This record gives sequence, structure tokens and C-alpha cells, in this order.
Amino acid sequence: MTTLARTYLGARAAAGPLVYLAGTQRARLGEWVTLRTAGQPTLRGQVIDAGRDVTVVQVLEDTLGLGPAAVEVTLTGELASVVVGKELLGRALSGAGDPRDGLPPPIGEALRPLWGAPINPVRRVPPSDFIETGVSAIDGMNTLVRGQKLPVFSGPGLPALELAATIVESARAPRGEPFAVVFVAIGITERETRTFLERFERSGALERSVLYVNQAQDPTIERLLAPRAGLACAEHLAFVHGLHVLVVMADITHYCDALREVGAAREEVPGRRGYPGYMYTDLASLFERAGVVRGKPGSVTQLPVLTMPDDDITHPIPDLTGYITEGQVVLSRDLFRRGVSPPIDVLPSLSRLMNAGIGKDRTVPEHRKWADQLYSVYARGREARQMVAIVGESGLSAADRRALELAEGFEKGLVHQAGLRRTLAQTLEAGWRLLDELPREDLLKLSDAQLEPRKAQREAAARRRAEAKPP
Amino acid sequence: MTGPKLRRVVGALAEASGMRDAVLNELVRVGDAGLLGEVLRLTGDVATLQVFEETSGLALEEPVLRSKQPLSVQLGPGLLGAVIDGIGRPLQALAAAGGDFIAPGVDASTLDPTTRWDFSPVVTVGQQVRAGDVLGTVLEKGLVHRILVPLGKEGTIERVASGAVRTDEPVAWLLDGPTLHLWQRWPVRRTRPARARLASTEPLLTGQRIFDVLFPIAEGGTVAVPGGFGTGKTVIEQSLAKYAQADVVVYVGCGERGNEMAEVLHEFGALVDPRSGRPVLERTVLVVNTSNMPVAARESSVYLGLTIAEYFRDQGYRAAVMADSLSRWAEALREIGSRLQEMPGEEGYPTYLASRAARLHERAGRVQCLGAPERTGSVTLFSAVSPPGGDFSEPVTQACLRVGGAVWALDPALAHQRQFPAVDWNASYSLYAEGAEAWFAERVDRRWGETRSRLLELLQRDGELREIAAVVGPEALEDHDRLLLAAAALVRELVLGQSAFDPNDAYSSPQKSFRLARAAIDFHDAGRAALKGGSSFAELDVGRVRQALAAARDAAAADAEAAFLKLDEALRALGRTP
Repeated sequence: MTTLARTYLGARAAAGPLVYLAGTQRARLGEWVTLRTAGQPTLRGQVIDAGRDVTVVQVLEDTLGLGPAAVEVTLTGELASVVVGKELLGRALSGAGDPRDGLPPPIGEALRPLWGAPINPVRRVPPSDFIETGVSAIDGMNTLVRGQKLPVFSGPGLPALELAATIVESARAPRGEPFAVVFVAIGITERETRTFLERFERSGALERSVLYVNQAQDPTIERLLAPRAGLACAEHLAFVHGLHVLVVMADITHYCDALREVGAAREEVPGRRGYPGYMYTDLASLFERAGVVRGKPGSVTQLPVLTMPDDDITHPIPDLTGYITEGQVVLSRDLFRRGVSPPIDVLPSLSRLMNAGIGKDRTVPEHRKWADQLYSVYARGREARQMVAIVGESGLSAADRRALELAEGFEKGLVHQAGLRRTLAQTLEAGWRLLDELPREDLLKLSDAQLEPRKAQREAAARRRAEAKPP
Repeated sequence: MTGPKLRRVVGALAEASGMRDAVLNELVRVGDAGLLGEVLRLTGDVATLQVFEETSGLALEEPVLRSKQPLSVQLGPGLLGAVIDGIGRPLQALAAAGGDFIAPGVDASTLDPTTRWDFSPVVTVGQQVRAGDVLGTVLEKGLVHRILVPLGKEGTIERVASGAVRTDEPVAWLLDGPTLHLWQRWPVRRTRPARARLASTEPLLTGQRIFDVLFPIAEGGTVAVPGGFGTGKTVIEQSLAKYAQADVVVYVGCGERGNEMAEVLHEFGALVDPRSGRPVLERTVLVVNTSNMPVAARESSVYLGLTIAEYFRDQGYRAAVMADSLSRWAEALREIGSRLQEMPGEEGYPTYLASRAARLHERAGRVQCLGAPERTGSVTLFSAVSPPGGDFSEPVTQACLRVGGAVWALDPALAHQRQFPAVDWNASYSLYAEGAEAWFAERVDRRWGETRSRLLELLQRDGELREIAAVVGPEALEDHDRLLLAAAALVRELVLGQSAFDPNDAYSSPQKSFRLARAAIDFHDAGRAALKGGSSFAELDVGRVRQALAAARDAAAADAEAAFLKLDEALRALGRTP
């Protein structure tokens, strides 16, 4: 597939991140391009439209000071690829894979194409290995499994990266298997990057990690590359070295904005809110690079973080993401204000692979029903909370009042952890304690057999209720 | 060195020069790698091609080879249980050739040419045959696969094979004419013809209470299932694929998740079809184009699935197509249209979206098949739609609503309460309900129609009352209104709510569905009688009925009778005040 490098002097036009070439020979879609101007740093780019008349190159770095007349453009004949290998563990790289830690460029073991090929669906193994994150709202209610892609839907100012760091810290190696973390920073601020890395350094996970960092001040187009470089590396570590790789990508919103910027520069017909019509396909080409492959020991699990503009879950970015990923963990401003940490709202949150990861031989047999029961009473309690604002607590039915009480207890006693890790057993116990307070008729999702082990606790709770009732 | 050559490559599109004689929709091989593509537009000697495989790496001046055929699929024994991509390549064969990741340019025929089938002829030497006639049969995974004379072929049988025949060997020879094989080819974008189209009146049982009772689907009908993400669309499609009373199910994962397809493969392989005693996978054909597979093949995958379903319809079977989801199909159209710089219609979708969607839906239906012996077959289409932001006013949802015979609208609020299937009974409807009622009244219970109307009325009234209750509080309601709320809660949570993951309740027979629905109505009636007799709502033992109804719903088949007896007792006890 390789062609020799060809060099041309001068381009026909330059606009924003795009350079238009005329009269190129045998240009290849996706071909890697270098652009040199005397006295300026060398720029890199990629062919995104190959044509006999005009070929369009998307430039990675800032095009400030680029003059189309004087630029020397080389089509390298190679497709865009990145260096991957185990020696990258512990390194910090740019979104394009250049060192950012002052060390020499990595030599690596192989070059992997940035635009990875899709995993053949028949070679996939359905993910089913439970990951204990130590976060009750996830472990109990929205279980994460290996090979899943579970994004965190956050709002401006909500502690999404802290939650991601918590998960990364505790999710490593539940059975001592080899693990690694790939952290891709996409257009986030210095402060956000620092928050994450400091947490990370303390837990000692940094030497098991590869960092691809594109911060807010770095070139926009590089944001389109950073997650692909990270995923190429993750796939290599997982499927060549058999590591369980957790990929954290923050913030997908900046990625989408970069995509929109390029679309606009190419004068494409915009879709919803100006984002390109192919954004679904493009995001899928990132998120689908998670999974477990038949006969290979490793796995790629993704934890993308995105910010919902104005907390709007119907915005195209969370919306399209939700259609591709296997669920979502949604952070709530209301819970955050009331001091619940992590402020996970379990009602709109969902883990589509939960059922595969829980139950007999995985967690506990009654896990599903336990979660369904809590969900349904909590949802009722939340409805009741809205009703209280209108009719007052005395206007509620007895069952609504019980649900309301459970909702309070659920947020303070189960979702709220204040930085403390809970094992799954502790999470389940916390949930049972809430359910013990409810009479049998409120617990229709649970069978008698499932309630049997709670008999003593339930009876004690019933006695307390009877005593509390005024005669 | 003449011949067609690439002159432009961008995204999933390519342009080739030297294509003067090409025709629209002709299949081509693009570039040194021989990627599959299709002619979309011809201007002078330049053809615009959509490429069904990853285009990155294609270079200008690489050759383009013409096939002089449209995109078509091989139809014959070997389809059942197969997993193929959007252009008909078996994914197992691709994995054997290319490894864990799909590499572009790998080719494999849909049916394995070396497989041997035990062929039993039904035609004899000297017999006249025409298109659609059954030549003979092979037994494929429990299904009698009828081998048909392809369209455009007819003549006198000169010789016919019997016993083991390889897929690539002829099975019948016509006098002075061509040979016939176990398989035939059909262009995916063309509807397969039938002798006559028939009315769709009989219900196709789904085993899901909310559908069978409230919003039934007819055999040969179409249903649109719109719902935002997380509303359980995929779970519904999978439940239908497992339990709907179809002979063959074609599951089209169009722009779907890879892990989900892996799960479908795994689950369908393990799950046994109660009617045949064989794994569900063996009556299923999976067409897979995951969301990261090429976009052009996503557009073709739906047509490919429909063609396969029509082929089984023509054999006289009930085929069902689960398209998950048509929004991805429409987005593929939009993506290609926008690359072609077509004038966009609403929300950037091409202006022909609605007409294409209508044509696609019209490929469903019940038909009198071509050829002898006489037989009828059907294609029922279930199409999931994923409206952005859950907004049903968007063009794809609207295009599907206009042509669908039934709509099962999914509601995120219900999904958040974990009420599954999260079907919004106010926004859903079925134009097949009337015909189905007569069928159910005859076979299940004559009160079927009345029960259905009572349920709908109860839910309607429930909606109104809950709005009032939200303002004044439920305690402020009168007793008969509180009774109605309690009855409606039974209907919502226990009758319509059905867990796809509960082994005893994932499939509900029409008898069971009816009994549960009727119990809720009986509860309402018995409660009303008790209130009339002077009891207060607080005195009614609603909890006992709830528990008994839940137990009857979740009981294993062996314990069901006992559970329903207990439920009757609880209902009878309701009227009597202790």
C-alpha cells in the first residue's frame, strides 16, 4: 500500500485548518502530510479529500503564519499511524503522540493505524466480567463490566473527572490481573488535567498509565487525533499484551466542537446545532473501539466524560453518545447542591450490560430484583417529592410518604459516599436497610424467598414502625 | 492502460473516470484492494460511487472494475443461523480470512459453496416448471427449505438431482435451457414479486402482553417503534425476535453496537424456541452493520434483510424483519446525500427520505406466492426508530409513523420508573386491533374486545386522575377514584409491565395475558361493588390482590394454576368486609 513520498512547492489556498493542493499525484485518502515553511515549525496534516483537481489537507497544528505560496508540502505515502507498545506506560504524550514529558520520542513495538478497523462482531465476546468500582450508585444500580463503554454525562462545574478518577483508582485489577489506564485529555483545562493526574499519582497508578494530553490551549484539530491515538495504544496493550485497559476520555464535548469546526471550514451542510451529519458515525468509530475479543485475554473498557451544555441531555452530543454507548452515568446539579457526593442521579442513569455482569456466580442472585425494587420506590419517592411542593406532606398517601422517606435515605445513605469506597456487599447491605423499612406490599419486585434472609431485620423495622405510630 | 480509474476519494464516496457505459446501481470493485462499491450517479464518463468498505488508503488513479450487475444477494439453504454484513458477506468467513478486525477488500460468498444438502425433488422429468414453482426441498435446521425456480427461468425438466447436492452444483436441468441451483440471486433494492397481495388481518402473536392485548400487530403488517435511548427499544426487538410467532426472523442490526450483536449471537444460540425445540438462532438470519462499520453498507443492510425475508415469504413462510434502527439507515442516506452535495430537506435529510421509507415499508405484507403449489407467505416489519432527543416530530419518526400500521411509542419517563416495556399507551396505536379482536375472541375468550376497551378506558381515566392527584394529593380523592387508581396501578405495573429477563414471564401466552388483564378489571368491578355495599376504600385488601396478581404473573408454568386460584380467592375476598 505504500507509495513514495512526493514533495510540492506551494498550495493553491489555505483556510483555517485546511490547505488545498492542486496537481498532486496519486494522493491517498488518509495519507500523512508534512508542511514546511522556512523559519516556521514543521506542520503535519492528513489528506481528507483526494482529488485530481484539488486535494484537501487537514492540518493538525496551528496554521498561524502559513503562506500557501511558499509552503513546501510532502505527501508521505503513509497512512496516519501512531507508535504503540508497552514502553509507553508511564509516558505523557501529545494528542498526536509526541512526547510531552521531556523524554525522547518512544520507539515502541509497532505502528498502528490511527483509524482502527472495526472488530468483527462474530469475534466479540459479550462482556460479562463485573468491575467493582467502589461507587454504590454504579456497582449496585448501574453495574460496569469489562469491555463496556459507559460515559459520564456531566454538567459544567460538576465533579465528573473526580468520579472518573475514583473509578480508575478502585477498578484496577479486581483479581490481580494485569491492567493499564489510558487517559486522553481532549481540550480540557490545565486545572482539570491536574485534578485528575494528582488523584492518579497518589494512588500509584501513573506508572501503569499512558497519557495523551491535548489541553485547551493546544491545536484544535489534534483533538480529533488524541482519542484515536489513545485507543490504538489501548487496543495494542489489550489484544497484544493481554492487559485490561480502562480508557478515560475527557471531554468528548470538546472533541465534537472540533469536529464541527472542521465541518464548517469545509463548508459542509450542518446538521443539528451546527454539528456535522456524520457525527454519529464519527463518534461510533471511537466508542465502538471497546470490547473483549474471543481468545484474547485483555479487554478495552471506555469511560468517556462529556459535558452536557446547559445540563441538556437532549443536546446532540449526549444524545448521539447515548445511542452508541452501553448506558450512561448522569450527574445531577440538584444532588451536587445538596452535598451528595458523587452526585449520580440513578434514574436517568443506565448500564445496558448490567444484567450480563450481575446475578448468580457474578455478584449475588437477587441483585437485579434488589436494584429494580430500589429504582421503583426511589422513582415514586422522587415523584412524591415534587407533589409535596404542591399539596404538602399531609396530602400524600401512606405509600407515597414511605417512598419519599426512602428517597431521602437512598440519596444520603446509598448514593452519598463522601470519598469512602464501598464493597459490593456493603452497597447491597445499605440498600437492604432502606428496603427493610417498607411493608411487604411496597416490595412487589421481590419474591418471598428473596426477602426471607431479611426476616429478622424486617420484623424489627415493623416493630419500630408500630411503636412510632401514635395510638 | 485505459479502463476506469479513481479521480476523487472523499469519505465513503469515490469518483471514477472512464465509466461511460456504466448503469445506475451497478456493482463495482474499487481500487487495488477491490473494495465493493455501487454506482450512484453518472455524468458523462464520470461515475460517483458509494463504497461499502473503509475507503482510507484508496489512492487516485487506482483501477475500478465493473461487474455489470446490481448489488444482489445469494438466497438459498445456509442462510438460517448465518451472520452476514450489510453487503451479504458471512462474518465468520471474514474472520477466518482476516482475523479479529475487519480488513477491507476481503471477499466471501454468502453461502458456503462446499456445503452438501440432502435434496428431495418434488418435480419429475418432463414436467413444465415456471418461476416460483417448488423444485424440491432440503431440510435446513428443522425448516423445510423449499427450492424455488428463480424468476425469469422456465421450461421442461430434463433431469433432476436427488440426495446430496453441493451448493455450487446444479440441482435441475431444463430442456435446451439453463441449469438451476439450490440458490438464486436477487438484487436487494428490488421487491421480489408475488402473485397477489392479501389483506393482513390475523394477529402475529408476540408473547408481550402490552402488544398482544392493547396494540396487536397483524401478520404482514408494519410497526414503528420510536423511542429515545435507554427506553428499551433493543430489548423489545430482541424479545420479539425470540418469541414472536414467525417461522423465520431476519434481525438487521443497522448501525448497532458491536457488543449487542455479540450478545444477540450468544443469547439466541442458547435460547430454545418452545415450538420447534431448537435454538432461536436457527430460525434467525442476522444482518450486522455495527455503527463503526462503513456507512454505505448500513444503507444497504435494510434492503438485504428485506430481500432475505421475502425469499422465505415466497416459500410460504411467515417471516419477520426486525430493523434496529431505521434512524441509522436514514442517517446513512443523509450522510451520503450530503457528500453528494444534494439539496437537503428537513434537518439535512434528503428530500426523498419519506418516499424511500414508504417504499421500504411496503415490502412488508401477506402475499399469494408465485408458482405451484399454491401457498401464502408474509413479511412483517418491526422497525425501531431512534429520534434525536426523544423528539417524535423529527423527520425519520414522522416518515415511519405515516406508513406504519401500528406505533409502539416508547417513553423515557416510564423507562426511568423501570416500567418495561416502556410503551406509552396514550401515544401508541394499532390499526390492526379490530381484526385481531375478532380472532382473539374466537380463540381465547369472547370478552377479549371488551377487556381491551376497559383497560384503555381505565388507563385514560388514570392519566386524568393522576393529574388531579398531583395537585390535591391522592388522599383528597374520593374512594371510587382511589379504587380506580389502584386498579390502573395493577394494570400498569403488573399486567402491562413484563420483564424480558424473567424466565417465567418473558413470554406470555394469549391465555395468560387475558387472565391477568381480566383479573385487573375484575378487581375494579369487585371493588366498586364493595364500595357500593358500604365498605370504604381503606378497608379493601388491595395489597393481597397485588401480591396474588404478581405471584400469578411470575409463577412457573407448573405453579400457574394454583397461583391463579389464589388470585381468584383474593378477588372474592375483596367484597367481603371482615
